[in-house]
Amino acid sequence: MWKWLHPYANPEVSYHFTGRLLPWFSALAAILLSIGLVWALLFAPADYQQGDSFRIFYIHVPAASLSMGIYFGMAIAALCSLVWQLKLADASAAAMAPVGAVFTAIALLTGSAWGKPMWGTWWIWDARLTSELILLFLYLGVIALHSAFEDKNLAGKAAGILTLVGSINLPIIKYSVEWWNTLHQGSTVSKLGKPSMSLDMLWPFLFCFLGFAMLVAVIVCYRFRNEILARNSIRPWVRELVSARATHK
Amino acid sequence: MNPRRKKRLAIVGSVLIGIGAVAGLVLYALSQNIDLFYTPSELTQGKKDTGLKPSLGQRIRIGGLVVPGSVKRDPENLKVSFKLADMKTPIEFNESDPMTTVYYEGILPDLFREGQGIVANGELVNHNVTGLSIEASEVLAKHDENYMPAELAESEGKGHKKTSYSEKQLESKG
Repeated sequence: MWKWLHPYANPEVSYHFTGRLLPWFSALAAILLSIGLVWALLFAPADYQQGDSFRIFYIHVPAASLSMGIYFGMAIAALCSLVWQLKLADASAAAMAPVGAVFTAIALLTGSAWGKPMWGTWWIWDARLTSELILLFLYLGVIALHSAFEDKNLAGKAAGILTLVGSINLPIIKYSVEWWNTLHQGSTVSKLGKPSMSLDMLWPFLFCFLGFAMLVAVIVCYRFRNEILARNSIRPWVRELVSARATHK
Repeated sequence: MNPRRKKRLAIVGSVLIGIGAVAGLVLYALSQNIDLFYTPSELTQGKKDTGLKPSLGQRIRIGGLVVPGSVKRDPENLKVSFKLADMKTPIEFNESDPMTTVYYEGILPDLFREGQGIVANGELVNHNVTGLSIEASEVLAKHDENYMPAELAESEGKGHKKTSYSEKQLESKG
């Protein structure tokens, strides 16, 4: 059943495969983000209570959900690395961690900037904000562990264990606004069937969300390819690649 | 799958389930402390599971909807008082609902209006007119998850206006 996946465990195959995917991801990211951001920031109607301040939603919500999505991807990579001992899974987790950390930081900062005028405070220790802050610390811990060991396999194992243990935090972030009473509002978009938003505000959001998701794909692909090269620098195929590049110039 | 991988998968799986169960129990045990605020009905009847009630003089947060018609502002200064009722959907107010009066002196957040969700942070006192009340030192607006263009909101009769202040009121702050 999983046979078709086996060739991709080879670094060289994966390197060339992601190389073929990159232009598609880049083109999609550029198109979706330029349409989505212009639509969202200039043309979408202003909210009846918040006026134009609500437009931060178009950055904040994609950043927050991608911060959790990237962590989920990292947790799957960690599982593959621990159980099947795939070296590439470690490389992909190392590639994802800093991107996830930046998106978490963006979610926290934009949320804070919105919270001051709307709620009346920059920060409050409610369940949603606190659990998202913990997610940032988990990312920083994973990044630190990846670079704390000379031996990349050991580093991947240590970071993988932290990633898996930290994945308990994901459902807590997601459902914090339902399990406890919080200052943070409930979710607007991911309610099945009936989002709490009018369609002319929702469409630009979908463009922005997919655009940011593609942007993440692009950055992660670049970092993943970089990791592969760095970790296989003594292999003949990498040397050939490098010397071919060098003679090209 | 070969036996070694199966064993590793079993170890990882059982560790995750174990940690999940521990986290779940801890959060369940702490759930009342994780709640950001009391609701007006919890103030009189206690928390749902434990019947835990705050005591007089304790600093607490209270969250609820501002009862329409209950906002009283002093024209001379920034003193304001309003009643909060439990949040519920769809939004409706009955005379018999448990309500808590909040006293506050200061500028209200932009989103403050009647029917809006509010979280107030302050001391629980026994007021001689309104009974259990909050002397708030901070009032935060709790935005709901609904977003609407202004025209649509107006056609549904849901316009929003910021609270405005006169010179005199603002000067009284000193």
